[in-house]
Amino acid sequence: MTAFAIRRLMQSAIVVLVMSVIVFFGVNIVGDPVDMLINPEADQEDIEIAIRALGLDKPIGEQYLFFLKNAFSGNLGKSFIFGEPALQLILQRMPATMELALAALFMAIVLGIPLGLYAGLRPHSPFSRITMATSILGFSLPTFWVGLMMIMVFAVMLGWLPSTGRGDEATFLGVTSSLFTMNGLSHMVMPALNLALLKISLVIRLTRAGTREAVLQDYIKFARAKGLRQSRIIFVHLLKNILIPVITVLGLEFGGLIAFSVVTETIFAWPGMGKLLIDSIQQLDRPVIVAYLIIIVLIFVVLNLIVDIMYSVLDPRVRLGDRKA
Amino acid sequence: MSAPKPTLAVEDLCTYFFTKSGVVKAVDKVSFEIGAGEVLGLVGESGSGKTVTGFSIVGLIDQPGRIVSGSIRYKGEELIGASEERLRHIRGNRIAMIFQDPTMTLNPVLRIDTQLVEAITAHSDTDARTAWEQSRDALGQVGIPSPEERLKCYPHELSGGMRQRVAIAIAFLNKPNLIIADEPTTALDVTIQAQIIYEAQTLCRKTGTALLWITHDLAVVAGLADRICVMYAGRIVEEGGADNVIDRPLHPYTAGLIGSVPSHNRRGKRLAQIPGSTPSLLNLPEGCAFRTRCKFNDDTCLEEPEVTHPAKDRSLRCFHPVSRGPAP
Repeated sequence: MTAFAIRRLMQSAIVVLVMSVIVFFGVNIVGDPVDMLINPEADQEDIEIAIRALGLDKPIGEQYLFFLKNAFSGNLGKSFIFGEPALQLILQRMPATMELALAALFMAIVLGIPLGLYAGLRPHSPFSRITMATSILGFSLPTFWVGLMMIMVFAVMLGWLPSTGRGDEATFLGVTSSLFTMNGLSHMVMPALNLALLKISLVIRLTRAGTREAVLQDYIKFARAKGLRQSRIIFVHLLKNILIPVITVLGLEFGGLIAFSVVTETIFAWPGMGKLLIDSIQQLDRPVIVAYLIIIVLIFVVLNLIVDIMYSVLDPRVRLGDRKA
Repeated sequence: MSAPKPTLAVEDLCTYFFTKSGVVKAVDKVSFEIGAGEVLGLVGESGSGKTVTGFSIVGLIDQPGRIVSGSIRYKGEELIGASEERLRHIRGNRIAMIFQDPTMTLNPVLRIDTQLVEAITAHSDTDARTAWEQSRDALGQVGIPSPEERLKCYPHELSGGMRQRVAIAIAFLNKPNLIIADEPTTALDVTIQAQIIYEAQTLCRKTGTALLWITHDLAVVAGLADRICVMYAGRIVEEGGADNVIDRPLHPYTAGLIGSVPSHNRRGKRLAQIPGSTPSLLNLPEGCAFRTRCKFNDDTCLEEPEVTHPAKDRSLRCFHPVSRGPAP
């Protein structure tokens, strides 16, 4: 188990290293940040001072080595735009993105699993058919379009929910979040649902497919032949088996929720990491882009690790480590 | 006083499957009785309706299948049309089942103790501790060494034979009056087969449990059953005492089955076989379903043979019995 975790962390260090090389040189090819940053009216001398201050006068390889050296001491560089450490900029905005992603994940679980379970157990009922048809829409409609439609209907036409921003925050058990105020929640409903829509559909379809497969298995028939109550068969025998793929996918998709909340955050003006990334890309703020991607890679690696551990908890046939089979 | 009611009486049971390509008469007018402590062998090829008969008894026929008509009485109580709650109470408690493939019947993600204890607590208010002790004793009874350790295992940590023992232990947990064993030894090694049959037989004798042993293996049933029902294409074509049927088969199909069992008496000779294969249940030949494979086939067979009783305790659906009936 420990050996497994260490090996996993070594592998992820290599992933982070390779990724940083690609992004660092990639962003350099896209354009010169100097053009964006410096007042075109400035004279040559001012420009050169600025370039030197940002460390952009050196060859790109040297810049990278310099970045790498600092990165090992936890310094991922300063934002060209804000002049603040990139890491700090991102971490400031992380809670907003995290609470959005968690809210979306929560919706995906509490809506997706029961709906999928019902659709799997009663595949021919009208409600199941409607659920499945809707889930196809959830899959295929583009997030930005759904987001705009939601704003139009619920914010503009009906006026029920606020369309932008994060709302009031409150501190509970040492955690500051807008989840703890009504105003904050009302701001969160639409962006979270928008972000969750695809995942809800995914969970519905996964759960339904798993249920349809599992009910035909002998162990379910045997459980029925034992005379167990329907509720026990469904919530213990069936659910524990179908949760294995659902948890795996959700764990991986959670990383996606965090990394790709960019669209939702932009539409709902949610002050999270995704919005910061979009702004940074537009301004070629390389340190922020690189730092953001490194953090995302780390999140994915950690999530993968958690999923693997969860897997071994849920499925007794899976044992982590190097023990011989 | 009337005669004591049999543990299970099945009468004219018809279970059909309504598929897109037509109605499949998986079980058609099947009747038999099992008395207390009796072992009845239900023999037939794959697809002859043995398993469906077993599931019909405990009310576990799924869509598109349905019990169309007939009667299933457990100790005189009609089970067809009984409430789901009543059936649930009978399943696993009064009538238990053992399935064919032990690697598939136990839930892979639940520990053995969970799967045993829940079978007890589903039918009584036994507290967890007592249920656990009963489970441990049940494992011991089916010949599982160190049952306390085995209880903590997951199914994949046990061999196929062990898992089938666990399934048998579960079946016997609530001391049922009837156990339906659906080819419980088919997926096992021959040596394990013999042990499993021995365990089941001993337990049945000890507890007075009746046994419906479903199999395609005549050799297994010959040594185990008191009586034999031979099933072909959804119908029981012959019934009688086990030795009687095996020594003097009346139906050409039974005779064919017995003839195709390899034996050292006929070493080096060509093995007898029944020509052709099981007809599709979707379009059975008119009249006797075995007609097309039978060497005694003639015009009379175009009509459906009714059940006749050529001798005491023997019944038959055939116009042309193989021998002249059992010697007295």
